[in-house]
Amino acid sequence: MSRILDLLVRHRVAAAVCALFLLQYAVPYPALAVNVLIWGLFASGYNLLYGFTGQLSFGHAAFFGAGAYGCGIAMTRFGLPWAPAIAAGMALAALIAAGVGFFATRSRGIYFAMITLALAQCVYFVFYQAQSWTGGENGLRGVASGRLGLFGLTLDITNPTVKFYFVFAFVALALWFFSRILASPFGAVLEAVRENESRARACGYSVAATKWVSLVLSSLFCGLAGALDAIHLSVVPTEVLHYQTSGQVLMMALLGGAGTFFGPFVGAALFLLLEDIASAYVSHWQLVAGAVFMCCVLFFPAGILGSLVRWLRR
Amino acid sequence: MNQAPIVLSAERVSCRFGHFTALKDVTVRLRAGELTSIIGPNGAGKSTLFNVLTGALAPSEGRVLLEGKDLTGHRQHEFARHGIAKSFQITNIFRQLSAHENVRVAVQATWSRFDMWRPRSRMTELIEQADRLLELVGLAACRGKPADSLAHGQQRSLEIAMALAGDPSILLLDEPTAGMSPEETRAMMDLIVQLAEGRTLVLVEHKMKMVMGISRRVIVLHHGELLAEGSPAEIRADAEVRRAYLGQGVQ
Repeated sequence: MSRILDLLVRHRVAAAVCALFLLQYAVPYPALAVNVLIWGLFASGYNLLYGFTGQLSFGHAAFFGAGAYGCGIAMTRFGLPWAPAIAAGMALAALIAAGVGFFATRSRGIYFAMITLALAQCVYFVFYQAQSWTGGENGLRGVASGRLGLFGLTLDITNPTVKFYFVFAFVALALWFFSRILASPFGAVLEAVRENESRARACGYSVAATKWVSLVLSSLFCGLAGALDAIHLSVVPTEVLHYQTSGQVLMMALLGGAGTFFGPFVGAALFLLLEDIASAYVSHWQLVAGAVFMCCVLFFPAGILGSLVRWLRR
Repeated sequence: MNQAPIVLSAERVSCRFGHFTALKDVTVRLRAGELTSIIGPNGAGKSTLFNVLTGALAPSEGRVLLEGKDLTGHRQHEFARHGIAKSFQITNIFRQLSAHENVRVAVQATWSRFDMWRPRSRMTELIEQADRLLELVGLAACRGKPADSLAHGQQRSLEIAMALAGDPSILLLDEPTAGMSPEETRAMMDLIVQLAEGRTLVLVEHKMKMVMGISRRVIVLHHGELLAEGSPAEIRADAEVRRAYLGQGVQ
């Protein structure tokens, strides 16, 4: 068993891509699979900062939302094609993260969380007020036309299968980048900072700079997820910047297993499936999510995937 | 007699915490290649001086000079990058990581801090150097064990391996034998003597007996002030030191 596990860990990108490919057959309808991909990517980006660098952020909605609005504004207001629009979304997310990080990385623990929350709320209100750009409370409408050009080809993303593979390609590429970061020397520095800040400092690492770079990298993944969400929904609702979005991504990362490579996708899948199933029977499905979340924290503190790996390794 | 050049010095350093003065106008000069011990009774200001010399604490007054260059107010990781390494009084390691990864991360700090592309598993030089350091402190057998699972003495040795990672020219150890068994203590003292070869080494120690046999120079602090400074023989003969250490048996 542990040999299979070692094999999966060594080829984690291939294993993750296979699992996500099979996902489309495991969920009731394709749009849900796309949601899992997007939220899983968002939660992975969150996981880089929270699970691997050990910094609790309550403000990641700002980066997801910036990615969505950046991409949407680039397409609707500037008429850019989808590819540069996605890049614009990621750039906007990274820019905001650079600013948030400038203040937040000077603190730690709950203060870090509070500063990210406060600054994310500032971002929310700026976008909310800038009506002529963002559509204000109505959200930004008419983002993707449904047909995306690709080297002379036309991708018809109104077809759910095409849309799934479109998003899937980005997620697979992002997972590969993610894995490389974790396996690099910098990945070791992130874990060192998570494990023991004062020791990392004594080794000669700048803890604040490491956290800042981690936050900006994290925001690139979250921004990509946001940009894909904008294309997926063809609208950017203001909720993407709401603090509930920050809470939801934290919940997904914790459910699946913070600090594990694939955990955030497991968490996102569980969360969204739960939402889909429970909301058909009860009007306040969040009650069910809350109960499941509490059980998880009590019985699987390392998250579902994290606990599973620990149990298999025994 | 002391002809070796001064490498690290604290010049007229004072440290105040509110109304409490932990260090009062203390000057210490550390010479290249010497093993210097800083001793004193509890609360004498040893750890404060240690923190000032390693950059963990900025002095309220005075300066810290490294080879004549003013490092006062520089941050701790900059001190580390200038070749000043330290161990902690309270064991300070990456508990969840393996012994080897602890040292490897410490070695890596001198090579690459922001490389996020190449796989670290292929950086064989880094891995081998970490193995050499583990071997040096006698932990080669514990390579893959989580640092948390090591015995106390082994964790202290691990810390020293980490402190040696950047091949520092100056090594400061804060009570390296604290809480150790007699056998562990002997092994640690042997290691310290070995490390002092070709390196400036500073030992902060509460137990006076321990350092007398191995130190070239001894600095005695008392109530935050410099009480005496000299060779072990001079310190043994010093009447004031005897008074400060009354009942602790100066031998």
